[in-house]
Amino acid sequence: MRKTECLGMILAGGQGSRLKALTKTVAKPAVPFGGKYRIIDFPLSNCVNSGINKVGIATQYKPFELHSYLGAGTSWDLDRTDGGLFVLPPYAREKGGDWYRGTADAVYQNLNFIDLVDPDYVLILSGDHIYTMNYAWMLESHKNNNADVTIGVFEVPWEEAPRFGIMATDKETGRIVEFQEKPKEPKSNLASMGIYIFTASFLKKYLEEDGVNENSSHDFGNDLIPKMLNDGARLFSYAFDGYWKDVGTIESLWLANMDLLQETPPFELNGDWKIYSSNPSMPPHYVGPEGSVKRSMISEGAKILGQVDHSVIFSGATVGKGAKVFNSVIFPGVTIEDGAYVNYAILAQDVTVKANARVEGKENEISVVAENEVVTA
Amino acid sequence: MKKVVGIINLQESNELVRELAATRAVEALPFAGRYRVVDFSLSNMINSGINTVGLMLPDFCRAILDHIRSGKDWDLARRRDGLTYLPAALPGTDARKGDLKDIYANLDFAELSDKKYVLFVNGSYVYNIDFQKMLDFHKKSGADITMLYKAVGNDKPGRTVVIETSTNGIVTDLAEVKEVRKGQKAVLGAYLMPVPTFAYIVRSTYERGGQDFLVDGIMRHASEQKISAYEHKGYVARINSTEAYYKANRDCLNPDIWEELFMNKERPIFTKVKDEVPVQYKETAEVKNSLIANGCIIQGRVENSIIFRGVKVGKGAVVKDCILMQRCDVAEGARVENVICDKNVMITKNRWLKGVETFPYIVTKNARI
Repeated sequence: MRKTECLGMILAGGQGSRLKALTKTVAKPAVPFGGKYRIIDFPLSNCVNSGINKVGIATQYKPFELHSYLGAGTSWDLDRTDGGLFVLPPYAREKGGDWYRGTADAVYQNLNFIDLVDPDYVLILSGDHIYTMNYAWMLESHKNNNADVTIGVFEVPWEEAPRFGIMATDKETGRIVEFQEKPKEPKSNLASMGIYIFTASFLKKYLEEDGVNENSSHDFGNDLIPKMLNDGARLFSYAFDGYWKDVGTIESLWLANMDLLQETPPFELNGDWKIYSSNPSMPPHYVGPEGSVKRSMISEGAKILGQVDHSVIFSGATVGKGAKVFNSVIFPGVTIEDGAYVNYAILAQDVTVKANARVEGKENEISVVAENEVVTA
Repeated sequence: MKKVVGIINLQESNELVRELAATRAVEALPFAGRYRVVDFSLSNMINSGINTVGLMLPDFCRAILDHIRSGKDWDLARRRDGLTYLPAALPGTDARKGDLKDIYANLDFAELSDKKYVLFVNGSYVYNIDFQKMLDFHKKSGADITMLYKAVGNDKPGRTVVIETSTNGIVTDLAEVKEVRKGQKAVLGAYLMPVPTFAYIVRSTYERGGQDFLVDGIMRHASEQKISAYEHKGYVARINSTEAYYKANRDCLNPDIWEELFMNKERPIFTKVKDEVPVQYKETAEVKNSLIANGCIIQGRVENSIIFRGVKVGKGAVVKDCILMQRCDVAEGARVENVICDKNVMITKNRWLKGVETFPYIVTKNARI
């Protein structure tokens, strides 16, 4: 393998239990988003677009669909002779094996992979955020600061700060002086985005210590970052001011989808920073003579014979004659039969809403129908 | 079908397809919003289990090469078998017209493969078929050659070879006509035969001055070979004129044809992947009876039209009975009707442009109106 400056590691093992019915059969990073994507397309495409073309993906929870989606990394141009995509599920060793016990442990258990690649820096990402970001700029900042760790931070409204991991920083240099996990009285409104760049040798030292520490929960935010701060290491913040959404809950996932439908979306998928995904072989979607579509995103293979307003419709979904779909997210392969009504809902893959049946949620209480379920009138 | 080598002929004469085919082969014409015509013959072969495929390149081959590249999007970039480009015979070696000299020049592709049969297909037809059934039929018929045909529903212009068959499906007569009449059995440019038969026909015809595979090759040998005919009962369009191209595209607006061609789970039509965003419909969008490909942003009115990837339709713009290819931009208040816009055409603010149903107006690539 050629010398690698920066290795990407995506932590994609989380269950995403707050997404309830949507993660019954798939891991959170494989949850569909935005009409054709899955959540993991965002960190993966960001890596590729930032020039990082060796990426390890730690998987654990219900990984089958995620693995088959990732394949050899072809969709992201990561099927390469040198480097490319590495799927890293937990594995057995001479003396047994372990599940990944936390975010840091997922990297610790793959230290031999990191040694194999032998990068100067390691970029650690989580698989549950929607954003586009050039990690190369963050790496530049890491090098300029001669930092041990650089943490991506994002300004949140002060009243929301208690929900996040908060970084108190030196205003001039951006150096992190204090870290507070979900503080009652936040000292800053800069929230950690769960994006870290570590100098590889520094990371390795801390992971080796943490890995054998039985009192640790093996989490970057809970254990490693506070310990590094305590030891006086050089931790810097890297402020990001673009669009960034945690889509870990039904409401936030729904909202992030709806954000795409604004007249001028706060987040442009159509720009030069392409988001890659696996493309189904389907024709352009069809809108019938009595169909009507407004303020929506619709993907290939969909057939719209009814009315769609303010909704995101994935590939191969069908909306029957006289059916109405409002304020909803309709996953691939869903069938909404004639005369049905769907409002404020997320319908998972291959759901059928029978003729004249209704799925009705509210703006603050999105109705979710799990994969393959049939809703009758 | 593992025993079949496929050859796709991309040399359909393109005299009849006006400006659209001036710089590209008919088979490379963009079709139905995201495909090119050749995608159908290629996908049909893959879906039927043929994974050794030769592509006989046309004179203008850049569009084809750029589209197919390694064949990865069709699963044809393989260690074993896969895709082979078959370039035309060296210019200057033979002044003859027709496809036969190029088949002759590439005959070793079929002969040196370890396959038993050749499926030779004209790449300018739009249809979705399982060639396995044709092979089964061929074996059962005991014929030397099996050709694909369709009993046509309406009179169609353009030189066509029609056949007559006996009740057991054996071809009794072959004739080339200027126009097919309703009910006649038109040959669909797909022929299946053992490799040695194929090689014999090509060689003996070419060496005796023949030019065209079908007319000189098959027809001249009709009396000595037993030819059977297999009917394709589904939808077929032959792209041999602008009108046929316009009509075939708009046929895809019929949901039954759209489903038959594209939504068959066993036999999807593959094409080059472009990673476009799903279509964005804005507040003022009004779309009826249309196919819209990913990457489009729609703010105006679109009716009975085929809209390719990355097209923009501005506020108050009207697009009716049109085919707009990749990256066209119809600005605010513009109006286009019965128009085919080649790639990257810009219709500026408030301009009106209109063709007629039987003679669509064609705007050439990169034009700004």
